[in-house]
Amino acid sequence: MHWLTTALILLPIGGALLIWILPLQPFAVGSTALLVALAEVALWIDSVARFDFSRPGLQLDQRTSWFSDLHVSYHVGLYGFSLWLVGMTVVVMAAAIGYAFWAGRDRPRAYYGLMLLLTGALVGVFAAQDLLLFYVFWEAMLIPLYVLVGVWGGAGRLRATLVFVIYTMAGSLLMLASIIVLGLSQGTFDLVGSGTNGSDWIFLGFVAAFAVKAPLFPLHAWLPEAYRESSPEVAAVLSGVVSKAAAYGFLRIAISKFPGPTSDLRIPILVLAGCGLIYGSLLAFRAPDVRGVIAYSSLAQLGLITFGLFAVNDLGLNGAVLQMVNHGLISATLFLLAGGIERRAATGELARLGGMARGRPALATVLMTTGIIALAVPGSTAFAGEFAILAGVFRTGWAWAVVGAVAIVLAAMYMLRLISAVLHQSPGPSVSEAALDLRPAELGILVPLVACLLVLSAWPAAITDRSFGPSPSGLVREVLR
Amino acid sequence: MILPRRWRRGFGAAVCALGFAGALVAAALLYANSADGHGVIAAAIQRDRLGALAQMIIAGAGLLAVGTSYSEPLPEDHVAEYYALLAWAGAGMAFLTTASTLMTLFLGLEWFSISLYILCAIDAQLAGSLEAGLKYLIIGGFGSAMLLFGSALVYGATGALRFGEIAAAVQSQHLSHDALLVAGLALVIGGLGFKASAAPFHMWTPDVYEGAPTPVTAFMSAATKTVALVLTLRILVTAFPQEARLWTVTVAVLACASLAIGNLAALVQRSLKRMLAYSSISHAGFMLIAVAANNALGGRALLYYLIPYSAMSVGAFAVVAARERELNAPVTVESLAGFGWERPLLGISLAAFMLGFAGFPLTGGFVGKFYLFAAAYRHGWTWLVIVGVAATAVSLYYYLGVVRALFMRPTEELQLAAVVGGSPPPERLLQAAVAAALVVTVGSFFAVQPLIDGAKHAAGAIF
Repeated sequence: MHWLTTALILLPIGGALLIWILPLQPFAVGSTALLVALAEVALWIDSVARFDFSRPGLQLDQRTSWFSDLHVSYHVGLYGFSLWLVGMTVVVMAAAIGYAFWAGRDRPRAYYGLMLLLTGALVGVFAAQDLLLFYVFWEAMLIPLYVLVGVWGGAGRLRATLVFVIYTMAGSLLMLASIIVLGLSQGTFDLVGSGTNGSDWIFLGFVAAFAVKAPLFPLHAWLPEAYRESSPEVAAVLSGVVSKAAAYGFLRIAISKFPGPTSDLRIPILVLAGCGLIYGSLLAFRAPDVRGVIAYSSLAQLGLITFGLFAVNDLGLNGAVLQMVNHGLISATLFLLAGGIERRAATGELARLGGMARGRPALATVLMTTGIIALAVPGSTAFAGEFAILAGVFRTGWAWAVVGAVAIVLAAMYMLRLISAVLHQSPGPSVSEAALDLRPAELGILVPLVACLLVLSAWPAAITDRSFGPSPSGLVREVLR
Repeated sequence: MILPRRWRRGFGAAVCALGFAGALVAAALLYANSADGHGVIAAAIQRDRLGALAQMIIAGAGLLAVGTSYSEPLPEDHVAEYYALLAWAGAGMAFLTTASTLMTLFLGLEWFSISLYILCAIDAQLAGSLEAGLKYLIIGGFGSAMLLFGSALVYGATGALRFGEIAAAVQSQHLSHDALLVAGLALVIGGLGFKASAAPFHMWTPDVYEGAPTPVTAFMSAATKTVALVLTLRILVTAFPQEARLWTVTVAVLACASLAIGNLAALVQRSLKRMLAYSSISHAGFMLIAVAANNALGGRALLYYLIPYSAMSVGAFAVVAARERELNAPVTVESLAGFGWERPLLGISLAAFMLGFAGFPLTGGFVGKFYLFAAAYRHGWTWLVIVGVAATAVSLYYYLGVVRALFMRPTEELQLAAVVGGSPPPERLLQAAVAAALVVTVGSFFAVQPLIDGAKHAAGAIF
């Protein structure tokens, strides 16, 4: 029994309620939200300090019966890998709230309340150890996202939210059917120690929900519009954190609860992931605007992470978790940068941008650093993650590793194209001389994110040695069941 | 009715509210003291926890309906009758939930139905109100006639009136394949289907819900559904256990038909009341899943789900009533644009009710649907779970359409004539009713254990 995980979930939700109830001024609302988000980061650091990384099992857990006749309980706790994903979540959410505070949003009480509620729901997804509780947080994550995109998004937001919700709910409801069948057939909804299941259909119900949210090719049709129409910080959260909730679901439920179906259906899933990887990279290379590049690169990266997860061996799993954290931070940084660029040039179209490096050293440095890490230059943390994934998937079949390696080359192509189209070349028609460099407040938001990436580049083992204990695949095969 | 005119509204509302509150307390006491069900008054009615819980739901819905009604612009001449009839209908329903013979069944049904026929038509100045009353009278009368005819056939086949004795007679005389009995059973299910507005007996629902004064619709949608479904469960389980193989399939088919018709028709509605009417048809389908499961879990699911469902239903119609009074025109999805920002309490509540109907977590609607599907799965009908899940997916489109209208469309899109004399003052009683409904909707998600225990004991009276 430990209160810390519950506190991590309840702190932002309590903050949201506080903001909704108290009649605060807009400035006070934003600063309260930011303070709560930073307190959440502090709370996470505290939980890292209390976490015993030498033990592979569930830690900081708490369990209370919710309704006893069907054996559903409020059961939360953290494994090593979920701890890192929670860390990535709270850092990105703090940056996103900080960005919104700096940029200013209409109807601040509703806005920041929803952002904090989303934080709580995301942490809940990573911490839930009961199937129904997992589903509750999973859906609770959708409600604030729906409103955040639908109210504060761009001109095409209504259509974007509609497509987004239809896709995700179709997947989620299939998962609900699977949860009911699985939970009732095994007599408990608890995720810890409830054993495995061999049904391909139940497995596919879960995979549908995760594949839509990730997204995996060909279920990504909601992605470009949702990422383009939402405000930059919401896009950062969508691509950085929400997609990781899906990857986490693959790891925590699909792979560890369904070993039989996983090995039966591994090839088709790897094929889809490979298609998404190549197709997303090509689309990112052809995308006409900054957000398009980042959005499709996100599709590609999730394909790569899926590769690592479904390799189901030590290297693949370690690499996938590291890459989840990496991509969360990278993608969030890039979307926030894209927001900054759009504010300055009033457009994100690459054809109208260019030459922004001249006179804007801070912008150039931050974008360049993030971009270089994103294209997995050796020595970067993304290189470490992708290398581990490729080495892991190589054991499954050399062809998968070839596909992955080709995609990494493509990643270099689209990332360098993005950097050069924004920073270099002659100044584009929308780039005025008067457009300022990154302001101190923006740097205060972006530099910590980049710093996290640089620390991980220097020490990727911080995560790879501390996610699963000594044997990742052993943990998946035994402890997570 | 003998009071001076200007006191009538306040006095009528107060007496009616007190009546419902008293009924709530009495039903709660009855629940506490009826651990073992037994017949009273020559075993014509059954005193048990199933009836008591349903009575509590009905009384709660009535209480909320009084709050909703208070500011309704009813003709002054009829205000007193309005509250009297509301209380009278509630009493009829409370009586019906405990019926345990075919006689009391029909008596209770007519008792509350006749009150409702008049209530629907009470606002003679409201376009559609008279039409709604007449339509409900004719079609409802047809439904009652079916029920009566079915009862007669069942009595003819078995020679018994009490539910328990019917089952015993079928058992002892080996009547389970008797054509007369099966025809009677089918007619009884059909007659109750009219009241529960399950497809294909749903035709009256959209017109009556749209035409009736909105507070009446609110009360009907919650209380009539509760009583009809609880009674369906009671009569099928206690009187026809030997025919379970027949009626489970029949009820499952009715459930699927209601889900299909309710959800598909709701997709294209613009008028909010019509949309909610079709949504109520689809919810009849959801709850019939629980009846079809024919197990203790199904009974529990039905009784649990009726609690948040009634709150959401009354609450949603109450918000519609508030908007209607503001605009002085029927409420469409378009005319809700920006309402959520103008009236945060009502807007957030309506959004919560919609999410609850759609079965999102953080509302009791989610737990209710979860239990329904679990009951169907426990019965061995995974296909019914899939149908329910697919219906839920379709329903998202129109429920989220309301949320979209409330918050995501700018108010400027709304092109309305300015309301004469400015907006009416806020209606405290209506707001209190909506807030109470919101508390029940959200609270039933967190407090599942006590509610499900209550539902378990109530369902335990017949299973």
